[in-house]
Amino acid sequence: MTTVATAPPRRRRGLTPLWLLLPTAVVLGVLFVYPMWQLGLLSVLDFRQAQVSGGQPTRFLGAENYTRLFGDPRFWSVLTATVAFAAACVAATLAVGAGLAVLLTRISRVPRLLLSLAAMAAWAVPSVSGSTVWMFLFDTDLGLVNQVLGLDGYNWMYDRYTAFALVGAVVVWHSFPFVMVTLYAGIEAIPRSVLEAAAIDGSGAWRTFWRIMVPILRPLIAIVVIQSIIWDFKVFTQIYVMTRGGGIAGQNLTLNVWAYQQAFASGEYGLGAAIGVVMMLILLVVTLLYLRTLRRSGEPL
Amino acid sequence: MKLRLAVAAVLAVGLSACAPSTSSPSSLPSDGGARSGTLKVWLFDEPNRAPKEAVVKDAVAEFTASHPDTKVEVAYIAVDTRSERFKGAFNDPASAPDVVEYGNTDLPEYAAAGGLADLGPTVSRWAEGADLGAEAKASATYQGTLLGVPWFLGVRALYYRTDIFQELGLKPPASIAELTSTARTIRQKKPDMFGVAVGGKYTYAAMPFVWDAGGDITSLDSAQSRAGLTAYTNLIAPDNCPPQQCADLTGGKTVDLFAGGKAGMGILGNFNRAAVDAGAAKGKYAVVPLPGSKPGSIAPAFAGGNNLGIMRNSQRPALAGDFLTLLAGKKYQTRMYEAMGNLPTLKSASTEVAAKDPFLKPFVATIAAGTKFVPLDPGWGKVDASAVLPTMIEKVATGRATVDQATAEAAKQIDAALGK
Repeated sequence: MTTVATAPPRRRRGLTPLWLLLPTAVVLGVLFVYPMWQLGLLSVLDFRQAQVSGGQPTRFLGAENYTRLFGDPRFWSVLTATVAFAAACVAATLAVGAGLAVLLTRISRVPRLLLSLAAMAAWAVPSVSGSTVWMFLFDTDLGLVNQVLGLDGYNWMYDRYTAFALVGAVVVWHSFPFVMVTLYAGIEAIPRSVLEAAAIDGSGAWRTFWRIMVPILRPLIAIVVIQSIIWDFKVFTQIYVMTRGGGIAGQNLTLNVWAYQQAFASGEYGLGAAIGVVMMLILLVVTLLYLRTLRRSGEPL
Repeated sequence: MKLRLAVAAVLAVGLSACAPSTSSPSSLPSDGGARSGTLKVWLFDEPNRAPKEAVVKDAVAEFTASHPDTKVEVAYIAVDTRSERFKGAFNDPASAPDVVEYGNTDLPEYAAAGGLADLGPTVSRWAEGADLGAEAKASATYQGTLLGVPWFLGVRALYYRTDIFQELGLKPPASIAELTSTARTIRQKKPDMFGVAVGGKYTYAAMPFVWDAGGDITSLDSAQSRAGLTAYTNLIAPDNCPPQQCADLTGGKTVDLFAGGKAGMGILGNFNRAAVDAGAAKGKYAVVPLPGSKPGSIAPAFAGGNNLGIMRNSQRPALAGDFLTLLAGKKYQTRMYEAMGNLPTLKSASTEVAAKDPFLKPFVATIAAGTKFVPLDPGWGKVDASAVLPTMIEKVATGRATVDQATAEAAKQIDAALGK
């Protein structure tokens, strides 16, 4: 790289990176900027089914979609549920993923292979099929779980919290392998000498994990945390499939499913887009705050 | 500075170029479009689809035999997600079907979206068109334009298990009070069965109770509507159909329960006959009209039914019209009745099957006693898609809200959706 950069004259070197970035910029522009622009635009328009099919003219509303949204008590309850659900899922995914990553480094080859294969299989299952299979397992009348536990007729989706817990378990089941594999690779890369030194100084597994591994793995952990926050905040398939679109009386709605209902089932595309924009902003703020705290704590990323 | 100007210019261009896409439906080709090629047809999926599929297959064979160089592609779409599918078809003409089956309650919404073609000329040219009653035609007309051909009528009545009733010495209920007590007796004597299978998501089983009490969808917070809803939600209780199992049941699920022998009674439609005959309840059931609160009266049923229509974007409207009139004709209406129990809309066909088949008697009696319909308003589609009524029933059934709270909330949402 450096040899290439020093060879051409000074002015050309200033422009070269821009040209090199152009293809990426075009791809990003098409894939991200344009849809985001459309989303933002729709959210300030009166854009319902009649406008899409050309039956009525599109009207500019300004912030009306947003004021309607923020004035709706339903929005706040769905938002609270989404945040709490995502937080619980992120915590559980990280705990399970990190625990199993540490376990992977400590077991012999065959169990390690089996555990990795099982995790990969869970990772590879498409979320619609995974959710459906879990639904069968927990079916009220015919499910294996109810038969084994002798809970015939127990509806797991009836209570709001058991329903959320079950869906959460499926979300964790789908997403822990990514955390596990990433952290396992990170742990394997930690120099043996550091871990040995810790062991000689009398540090146990728990202490070694928190005092040695976590600080060294901080950049990796940052990535998996942010990934998990984004995934779990946006969770759609599992909720939509397992609670049949939001559960009894809509008790298990999350923002994404609600936005889908508003936009596509009720034909309120403008309002749905406004929910999408709000979600995007929340994620942006959470991610920025998290990156900032990481930076503050001294570890450069 | 230059860069800033350039950015501003790009944004300005973008503003005009990136307005959200609005598809303006192309008008029908005036010559009727191509007379050959592939005709795309959307029909509804059913709890037990095989008999329907067989009849449709025969119709397609007859059609392709008389129309050379044509192919008919039939897709069966799920009823639950039809709203999204139809909106997709309206927005993307390229992937839209030509002929569609749609629920009569969806008509105003589809009409307002400008998605359906005017069938007036097609029906007036059609030899059997005169056989279609004025009432049937009116049910498929929106603001003066005929947008569908009624394909079949569907009303719900009370199916009950003759063997269970005989064993327990019960009589078919003649009032809502009797229905409730009979249901409780069955549940008490046979704890592994539900008395009458009712569901929180089964709006068209709940509405007859509301209508019978003198309430309506547009006045859910009235005392009459509340009384009717109370009568229905009283059935979603441990002594008949425990909320744990029944609060989230759809109409289709109650059909499965009754057909599978898990319920002593069920509020099912004439069109569910094939599904029940395919289950454990086959040959062990009879049907009476759903009773009202006054002994001997009949609760007003929801006048359900499906229409056949042609999409406004269809590139082969003439060909589509030929297929539609074939499928909606007497021959295939009668065959659909034999296969599925669908009540024909053509007068000659319906008198014929009603005379032949005593099974239809309770349904014909229900229709004669007067039926009700959902508000004829484009906003109804939104009420339906955002599950206002099921949410209301579920909230009451699970004890999350009182009848007064749930109905007040639903009434507010319905008023907003209907623009009142």
